[in-house]
Amino acid sequence: MKDVHPVCITVNGTKHELTVEARRTLADVLRHDLGYTGTHIGCEHGICGACTVLVDGRPARSCLMFGVQADGQSVETVEGLGAPGALDPLQQAFTDHHGLQCGFCTPGFLMLVTAFLRENPAPTDEEIREAISSNLCRCTGYQGILKAVRAAADAAQDR
Amino acid sequence: MGYVGARVPRLEDPRLLAGAGHFADDENRPGQLWMRIVRSTVAHARLRSVYVAEALAVDGVRAVLTGADISLPAIPIRVGPKADDLQPYLQSALARDRVRYVGEPVAAVLADDPYLAEDGAELVEIDYEELTPVLDARAAGQAGQPSLFDGQSNEAALVTASFGDAAAAFSTAARVVELEVSVGRQTAVPIEPRSLLASFDAAGEQLEIWGGTKVPHFNRRVLAAALGLEPGQIRVHRSDAGGGFGVRGELYPEDLLVPYLARQLGRPVKWTEDRAEHLMAVNHSRDQLHRIAGAFDAEGRLLGIRDEIWHDNGAYLRTHGLTVPELTASMLPGPYRMAGFEAAVHVVLTNKTPCGTYRAPGRYEGTFARERLLDAAAAELGLDPIELRRRNLLTPAELPCNRELRALGTDVVLDAGDYPGLLERAVAESGYRAWEREARDRRAAGRLVGAGAAMFLEKSGLGPYEVAEVEVTPSGQVCVATGGTSLGQGIETVLAQITADALGVGPADVTVIPGDTGLLGDGLGSWASRSTVVGGSAAHCAAEATADLARQAAAVLLDACPEDLSLRGGRLVTAPAGDGPDGVSRSVTLGEIATALAGGPAGRSLPAGPLRARREFAVEHMTYPYGVHFAQVEIDPGTGAVEVLRYFVAGEVGHAINPATVEGQFVGGALQGISGALLEEVQYDSAGQPLTASLIDYLLPFASESVGVVTLVAEDHPSASNPLGAKGAGEAGITATGAAVASAVADALGAPGMALRLPISPERVRELLAGQAR
Repeated sequence: MKDVHPVCITVNGTKHELTVEARRTLADVLRHDLGYTGTHIGCEHGICGACTVLVDGRPARSCLMFGVQADGQSVETVEGLGAPGALDPLQQAFTDHHGLQCGFCTPGFLMLVTAFLRENPAPTDEEIREAISSNLCRCTGYQGILKAVRAAADAAQDR
Repeated sequence: MGYVGARVPRLEDPRLLAGAGHFADDENRPGQLWMRIVRSTVAHARLRSVYVAEALAVDGVRAVLTGADISLPAIPIRVGPKADDLQPYLQSALARDRVRYVGEPVAAVLADDPYLAEDGAELVEIDYEELTPVLDARAAGQAGQPSLFDGQSNEAALVTASFGDAAAAFSTAARVVELEVSVGRQTAVPIEPRSLLASFDAAGEQLEIWGGTKVPHFNRRVLAAALGLEPGQIRVHRSDAGGGFGVRGELYPEDLLVPYLARQLGRPVKWTEDRAEHLMAVNHSRDQLHRIAGAFDAEGRLLGIRDEIWHDNGAYLRTHGLTVPELTASMLPGPYRMAGFEAAVHVVLTNKTPCGTYRAPGRYEGTFARERLLDAAAAELGLDPIELRRRNLLTPAELPCNRELRALGTDVVLDAGDYPGLLERAVAESGYRAWEREARDRRAAGRLVGAGAAMFLEKSGLGPYEVAEVEVTPSGQVCVATGGTSLGQGIETVLAQITADALGVGPADVTVIPGDTGLLGDGLGSWASRSTVVGGSAAHCAAEATADLARQAAAVLLDACPEDLSLRGGRLVTAPAGDGPDGVSRSVTLGEIATALAGGPAGRSLPAGPLRARREFAVEHMTYPYGVHFAQVEIDPGTGAVEVLRYFVAGEVGHAINPATVEGQFVGGALQGISGALLEEVQYDSAGQPLTASLIDYLLPFASESVGVVTLVAEDHPSASNPLGAKGAGEAGITATGAAVASAVADALGAPGMALRLPISPERVRELLAGQAR
């Protein structure tokens, strides 16, 4: 007998009403029920951070949250940032500074940094390093990501 | 000058940054079943029986299959020798009567959703008759050990390599230095787990696959043979991939099962592994023990090297066969001159996850062994380690150098280069001598700071060939289909730059489609640092041929001589009519030429067919990048933790098609290797149970552990093997990391020549500090 529940989750401003099984992760709800496949699953035990989304503005590992826990909440995913032809300044900084290679961890980093820069718009380099140390990247050695976040923060301050 | 050599922004980035990439698990097909693999929970056992009835009773579980239910051949060796005596050691898709490692697939459960498939998998009951596990590689091949394969030795092969007269070198040596060094078991851990989706259309007898990468054409041939189909009946779609590093895209048991079951069950089948599975199912690597000896004369000249190696390959020979042992032996002499060399690699099977390649396979391990030997020799002979290396490096006058060794079916012929020149340049540009002085000063003040260096020789551009097809559409868009695949290395950008230059267009006008067997019937794939060297050269040749075709057609359309036409801005342009600057040029765009060729004006004798060319580019030998790594580290005497303060990578790449992506490879490779030197080790307990089956236990570096890597991308010695002059850049960042970090750690401890085991964990550092280990 499936333990299913009706939920209402707002994703990037769009309200979705659906029925989900209690044990289904938010990551699977986003990816497979709602089609937001930009959120990636890398470890399913909360270490890698590839599945990071914002839940009511705060970064969350969507592999460690159940879909039912997001009922009534507002979720932001990478699809809510810029589209391929209209990247937002943070996305642009990532490509300008070679902050990605395979791109699989990238949506998690983008969401993490989006929340971080909202909270701390003028971070020090050490604060940036500390903030992004919650997610794993296996390709870049992080140098490009550190540069990209620095550049995005500086550009926002200049505007 | 064009786009080759420029820091062109990556064409892959916009889709990946917007979450609009196409990774394997992003694909779904209506009516698909989800597969879950039931894996052995013991390291070594006979399978008495597998009970599936309870699993089948779960609502939504549609099938449960064991080894007895399927008919599939063992997974063949893709690279290297495929001798008959290796066949008993190959892995089957599902175990039949014996399991040989924790994580070995025993049954497949198929259900309507992945959660139900896991429910079913938990109810499959396996009755094991446990056997003694074989876990020690050096003992495994000896008499009295249990056999993994009845009637077969646990030593699957002895791989040997030699040149010159090693015995003479050692008998005349003024000094012989011997060490035992080892590299722990590690694995690549791309952030995207493996995933595969297959759908079989019974009416059209067509099998479609999403999620194949690295070597899709090879895997298609194996699948076709296994399933009784023609290769043309199987289409492997192009896919984004979340990191390759050697492990992704090989044909694993699951890669046979998913297509097979899609056909058998008449429904699409999808499988996505979780991380715990990944860490015990995907290829492991490294895991070698070397007893290495070097013969030196009184001036520190290297006369010869001998190395006896135990390579723990885990429970089976997989697709890489003997590749890693072969490369270990054939690349071990590195960039140095020596009169005699002998290596013997015991390829030993144990009850652990099987092994394959991982970025710089064989070279990471061999470079570590050789460079620790040179450091130890420098200490014993009282020579500066850099000076000892300089004396022994092959000089430009000695290149090309035929090593009279074989690697991956080719002769090892070291091509153009200047090894001592790059070492000198790297010492100067890095300020390495100041790193050494600073380390000495800090040690004098009581801190544990050290500096170390290591040279490496890499190999790249493995043949025999790659295929590319370039086509200009009537709208003027340029499409490139390549046998290479996109693993994050930037192949789309690099091939677009090369093609853009040949056709006089911009990279944004070029769409590169990697690794789609439906668009290109043949190809070799992306591995062995070959995508730019061989795949890029194939794209170059195909684009040049397309340009020639366009020129011939334009000559007809413009009523001009082909030689008088220039190609720029996507147009073929005539020389100005009349003399002087007022002359008027006439032109035709590539798109207009493609349109004309598609249905040209009557009465004109245009070349037949579309504006398209396909070329194979073949190479006879590999091309050999080389370079040097420097590290400066500090040890915390309390915890034993090693912090890398400075790191420098110098590598000769011949010609950097995109310097930004080359630097990215160097920097990313360096952190991956530094992490291998300090953090990463797959560990087992005495029963063969893996102790590192999560990312809590298998340690990867976060930004907090990252290192500010400085790079020197040298382009002083282009390769003569290809029209681009390129040497591969994918592995130079990692190859010497273990060796350089260990060298710096030993220096910090005031014990040059020590630090002989990777990874150098805090526990090992404390043992070294206490004088309880080497």
